[in-house]
Amino acid sequence: MFSRIAYTRLAATMLAAAATLLSPLAGAQDKPIRIGLVTFLSGPAAGPFGVPARIAAEAIAESLNKGKAPAPHNSRGFAGSPVELVIIDEAGGATKQVAEFRNLVQRQNVDFVIGYISSGDCLAIAPVAEELRMLTVLFDCGTPRVFEEGSFKYVFRTRAHATMDAVAGARYLLEKQPDLKSYAGINQNYAWGQDSWTDWTAVMSALKPDAKVATSQMPRFGAGQYGAEISALMQSGADVIHSSLWGGDLEAFMLQSTPRGLYRRSQLILVAGEPNLHRLVGNVPDGTIVGARGPHGLFAPKSALNDWLREIYHAKADHYPNYSAYSVAQAMLGLKTAYEKARLEKVQKAIPMGAAPGVKEEMEKAYMPPTTEEVIAAFEYLRFDTPSGKVSMQLGKGHQAVQGTAYGTTRQVGKEIVIENVKYYPMEQVQPPEGQSSLDWIKGGMKPGKW
Amino acid sequence: MSQLLAVLIDGITYSSWLFIIAVGLTLIYGVMKILNIAHGSLYAIGAYTAASIAGHWLAEGYAPMGSYAMILLSAVLVGLIAGPLIERGLLRFMYGRDEIVLVLVTYAVFLILEDFVKLVWGVDPYFLFQPYGLLGNFDIGGLTYPNYNLVLFGAALLIGGALYWGLTKTRQGKILIAVIHDREMAGALGVNVGRVYLVTFTIGAMLGALGGALTAPMISVQPGIGVEVIVLAFAVVVIGGLGSLTGAALGAIIVGLVRSAAVHYLPEVELFSIYLVMAAVLILRPKGMFSAAEARKI
Repeated sequence: MFSRIAYTRLAATMLAAAATLLSPLAGAQDKPIRIGLVTFLSGPAAGPFGVPARIAAEAIAESLNKGKAPAPHNSRGFAGSPVELVIIDEAGGATKQVAEFRNLVQRQNVDFVIGYISSGDCLAIAPVAEELRMLTVLFDCGTPRVFEEGSFKYVFRTRAHATMDAVAGARYLLEKQPDLKSYAGINQNYAWGQDSWTDWTAVMSALKPDAKVATSQMPRFGAGQYGAEISALMQSGADVIHSSLWGGDLEAFMLQSTPRGLYRRSQLILVAGEPNLHRLVGNVPDGTIVGARGPHGLFAPKSALNDWLREIYHAKADHYPNYSAYSVAQAMLGLKTAYEKARLEKVQKAIPMGAAPGVKEEMEKAYMPPTTEEVIAAFEYLRFDTPSGKVSMQLGKGHQAVQGTAYGTTRQVGKEIVIENVKYYPMEQVQPPEGQSSLDWIKGGMKPGKW
Repeated sequence: MSQLLAVLIDGITYSSWLFIIAVGLTLIYGVMKILNIAHGSLYAIGAYTAASIAGHWLAEGYAPMGSYAMILLSAVLVGLIAGPLIERGLLRFMYGRDEIVLVLVTYAVFLILEDFVKLVWGVDPYFLFQPYGLLGNFDIGGLTYPNYNLVLFGAALLIGGALYWGLTKTRQGKILIAVIHDREMAGALGVNVGRVYLVTFTIGAMLGALGGALTAPMISVQPGIGVEVIVLAFAVVVIGGLGSLTGAALGAIIVGLVRSAAVHYLPEVELFSIYLVMAAVLILRPKGMFSAAEARKI
């Protein structure tokens, strides 16, 4: 009988020998892994989300291919194979995106797809990914409905869903302002704005039932002119103004509301404000409460991975990465970890039990890239390191990430906006456990789940 | 009472903005019978040009008040370049065709210009927020409003007044009205119809660009802003009656006040309010409130 150590040594030696002998397979190692990257390159979401995600993805792919990322992601590419990005514009609506997705899979022959900022696109793509059996990592969209209402084998989301925006935001606000009497909202009149306001009012009703809704403004997406809404918010006299505005709408609203002194009497909370902060210097009042749906961007904890992302991103842009850059980093590093885990498991499984015949065949099998199904198996319930800290794929039967989050307040220092008074919330306090819908969990008092 | 006052002030401000963005559209339609979808792109190019030129002016440290002159200059530049280019380069070959063909042609121009904007300015937003706060604020009814609102109101009055005066009190205006009524007859009487069209389209383009340039300090100038505007401008001119200056003014006032009232009293219906007005007007007067009487064709 071999001892455990002797067995491992023998296996390792055989593996190394086989790797050298099987030279044609060494070539397979260099075959690039093609990843379809779908992100907004035009339209209102391009500036704050889409383009930062593209810059980050390109910088990460280059750095990974050179093996320059810090541990544990310091192997070259994905298990030695270089990564190649096929970048597609997400603009144009869900129908167009479904066609683009089919193109990516059937004509561009990508191995994996990472993409989608819009919740509408995520909901439309998930069933198509399932139909085409394409491992698809949703990197940024927020709707909890993807895995709360559906169950997918080929779809993963490596970023926490949007429920935490309202839950952590309200907890932070009430710690800062426990005696608030009324709150108002300004959110866009489409799915995201309405869902965000519904979550917010549900959380506030649970945590502060005596606080009243002063007014709820729902301008159309891309409205641009907010004069009347600002007057209505001022007249409502609300203690707090909640907003999930983003991109150009948020910027226009801030440009028009700050000079009018709206925030002299009302505390502003921007649940999706972080990506725009660097462009709004001079137009965001100090003390504005801001979140980033996870410890991303300005909230990311100090680590070698965070420093790496900031450095490689800044080398390509005149600013530092915002939360969508961190989201795409999570997707790429999650996929890399799953891919490499699948490959390692394959090699370990294929180690012949000391029998000389069949070594070649076993080694051939072991050195073939992992199949999509093998990567999926490795991806489910994975825990991996990212520039924002540890991420666990614990919801949606192992397909939906959970993560803590953070909120803080803004302060302008020179020509920069910094975040201070940061408070981190662990994942069980801001996200529902498996099997519960977000709204039910909120209405039930948001009891911390067991993970 | 103070809420009613706020409805009025917000409504009039919004109406002024609507009139500025819609007047060029209705002028071009009135004279040339072209529903110029590319008006949205001219608005966007005006906003981008203002953000670039006035932004550069401010970045260089010149007198901040000069930025208003730069905004005006941007609109004039865009109008003088884009107007003749589109009219002489494309539209003049299409005159006499069906109105719907011209809508499609200007839609094509709109799509081309949308990409042109991305090509020149990229997809990152531009800011020109300084002129918005430069003039200070005024307080009324317990609310603070930027004086820039008065600039919009003044610009709308000035544009409306100048166009009205130009059309009714000047020789060129009378020639224009002659062309509106009967292009062929006016041509037969020696009017250079081509030149009238060129000048009208250039002024229309300039007004579109001015709308964008005056809006630039209030928004984040980014791809897609033209689409939003063309829909609104179209609603306003349809309510007023396509081609009618008075109609555009009244359409803008009605839409502005109704929207403002909706925001203050019933925010849930704000999105719907503009189109409700449009539907109600079209049921009662299918050609808009101030459409010119037309001879029935048998």
